[in-house]
Amino acid sequence: MGNNRLKKPFGGIVLDSSFRIIIPFTLVYGIYILTHGEFSPGGGFQAGALLAVGIVLVRLIQGADKESFNVPGPIAIVCAGVGTFIYAATGWLTLFGGGQFLDYSYLPVPMEHLAELHALGILMIEIGVTVCVMMTIIDIMDAIIERLDDDDKEVDYHE
Amino acid sequence: MTVITVLFCACTVFLPPIGDPNSAPNQHVTPYYIENSAEDTGSPNIVTGTLADYRGFDTLWETSVMFVSGLTACLILMANTEEGKSVLKGRKNKKGGENRGQ
Repeated sequence: MGNNRLKKPFGGIVLDSSFRIIIPFTLVYGIYILTHGEFSPGGGFQAGALLAVGIVLVRLIQGADKESFNVPGPIAIVCAGVGTFIYAATGWLTLFGGGQFLDYSYLPVPMEHLAELHALGILMIEIGVTVCVMMTIIDIMDAIIERLDDDDKEVDYHE
Repeated sequence: MTVITVLFCACTVFLPPIGDPNSAPNQHVTPYYIENSAEDTGSPNIVTGTLADYRGFDTLWETSVMFVSGLTACLILMANTEEGKSVLKGRKNKKGGENRGQ
């Protein structure tokens, strides 16, 4: 076992060529589940898990050296907080609009029907939930990889 | 502690059976949600309407709990990685004879 065990790509030629189809499909499907969560089974949590799976797969298959897109750990932590903040900020927007906390009827957006306002509010909090879930999963994966690499280094020091 | 646990477990005997149409929540809240969810929340999905609109406050803290737990897991995982920064590392190195931690 050498250093940087997980930073090496473990994809062969099959994974390298097939992930170009799998990853975009996973990401697009995640966004579909997010935006269609009101009309079909799905929603923020599931969409976040799917988007995170897309990025985790890229990281695992391509490795840390030449991966196409990746979210580093510290940025992921910040983005998870931002996702939670989007949710709470939706509640504050309704407060400023004159209603109660998270009462979407009072969102300060000009719309005709109350139902549309509610749908917009639901979409906003689903986006917040999605960002939070996705970034938390990426974050945990990044921490685990870093920890494994560090443990390997320590073994090499002592032997 | 054991007594409290046994008492809590014994209390489940008095709960209404799952799916009982005569239980209290199924008499008042559930019919209201089923009848008014589509107009109130603008979403044809009752589950989403309940989760994100009627019970939005609950979901807010659900998200916060997930964020905080993920943050905690990351802190625990990364606590020992940086050289000589954490208590655990200092203890391990003392055992090994060198003290990089201080």
